[in-house]
Amino acid sequence: MIGFQTLFYKEILRFWKVATQTITAPIMTALLYLLIFGHALDEHVQVYPGVKYTAFLIPGLVMMSVLQNAFANSSSSLIQSKITGNLVFVLLPPLSHWELFGAYVLASIVRGLAVGAGVFIVTAWLAKLSFVAPWWIVIFALLGAAMLGTMGLIAGIWAEKFDQLAAFQNFLIMPATFLSGVFYSIHSLPGVWQTISHFNPFFYMIDGFRYGFFGQSDVDPVLSLSVVAVFFVLLATLAVQMLKRGYKLRH
Amino acid sequence: MAAIQITNVEKRYQSLQALGGVSLTIEEGEFFGLLGPNGAGKTTLISIIAGLNRPDAGQVKIQGHDVVTDYRAARRNLGVVPQELVFDPFFTVRETLRMQSGYYGLKNNDKWIDEVMEHLDLTNKADTNMRALSGGMKRRVLVAQALVHKPPVIVLDEPTAGVDVELRQTLWKFIAGLNREGHTVVLTTHYLEEAQALCNRIAMLKSGKVVALDSTSALIKRISGSQLVLRLSQGALPDSLKDLLMHHDSKDEYVLRVNDYSEVEPILAALRTAGCAIDDMQLQQADLEDVFLQIMDGGNR
Repeated sequence: MIGFQTLFYKEILRFWKVATQTITAPIMTALLYLLIFGHALDEHVQVYPGVKYTAFLIPGLVMMSVLQNAFANSSSSLIQSKITGNLVFVLLPPLSHWELFGAYVLASIVRGLAVGAGVFIVTAWLAKLSFVAPWWIVIFALLGAAMLGTMGLIAGIWAEKFDQLAAFQNFLIMPATFLSGVFYSIHSLPGVWQTISHFNPFFYMIDGFRYGFFGQSDVDPVLSLSVVAVFFVLLATLAVQMLKRGYKLRH
Repeated sequence: MAAIQITNVEKRYQSLQALGGVSLTIEEGEFFGLLGPNGAGKTTLISIIAGLNRPDAGQVKIQGHDVVTDYRAARRNLGVVPQELVFDPFFTVRETLRMQSGYYGLKNNDKWIDEVMEHLDLTNKADTNMRALSGGMKRRVLVAQALVHKPPVIVLDEPTAGVDVELRQTLWKFIAGLNREGHTVVLTTHYLEEAQALCNRIAMLKSGKVVALDSTSALIKRISGSQLVLRLSQGALPDSLKDLLMHHDSKDEYVLRVNDYSEVEPILAALRTAGCAIDDMQLQQADLEDVFLQIMDGGNR
């Protein structure tokens, strides 16, 4: 247990020591999105009846920040340790694959939620928000962060150089988050794209999270929760197996 | 129970056979040297002992614990100083050592951390960030990291490569002290005089195979006795002495094998009879380097 606690603490300390880059910067980016899109579209778009576009956008941006930063945390920590070689400090001690998995993913959740909370604090006063079902908000934020933290772990183990990780981030994570309904309801999309969106697990995370605020969503939040939970379990199983076998870590 | 038991370990990287069936037993309390040229497989073997690499075949046990199936117990018994100079730039020396203790399940390890830092002359760098340390200081921290959990078995992979004399002495004093207290020490180095001075037993690796394994003194005895280096100012080596010739590198310099001092007198007599005049003469003891070179050359010198 102490091994797990130490690695978790080390992972927290790692991003906390560079908080400008890991926390403040993504909050700033989200605020800019809100100011620009909110200003441009607030008068023209109404997604749900009685909900202003800026209000609709805030939960989307919060969740997007949670997801992107949870992914960034585990993936960049691992790739940096691999490339600089200091991953041996973690590979030499008697840490089990469960301890490694738990520590990396939990630290990612903390980073994701810290950035998400920051985005929420700086944007919430710009629109009138409601909190119809707060537990849904909490559970989707936690599960979403856990899933992306796990994806980051997998990507960090798989990637051998920064280049490959950047490809993973820019060609998979970024499009999947942007096309998940952060900025729009998928009901406003043409039929084909609506169908495609239903295959994007990120869509369910955003949609379920937003349901917690407005009590309105594109699909039933129970369905969203099931999809996200199943994806998380699948990815977690994969990640734990990779760690257990030492895939790309113990040659 | 052996400190490290290596049984028929094989490892292949694509077309390269890095280790071809290595078996070695290192007993508790030994100061053991693992020597060999670059690419002989020393680091691969150490990585397998440390659990950083997995063997294709064979088995390694640390204090009776298999490094794959019983890895937690095996790793708790083992401290490894890696060859690469690695560090985590986010932390200070003390943070690094506290963290490493935690990974081994140790809380409140400050007393021992302070002691290790004291022995390695790191105390006044305790709160310095790792990035700000010189190479030699970083190397000391690596040694300290390997020792935070007081492992009964300590493996050092070229700990003195590129390190100044002062640190080498500090380091060996400390490690030899640990060895006297009962810790088993395994060392790889390119400084053969270091291995000769410290190790009680030595294995030599060549192309992934153990080519020599013996006590240090027995290995040195293999190069029987000493060498007589002669420089003649007049005449050439008589035929009667050709059997003793080891090298004849420059025109008038000859290196002859002598088993003990009593053989020197007949050689001088033979030279006198042949009308040779001696310009310079030295009697040299064989050392580990001669043994190493002879074994690595396959004995065809």
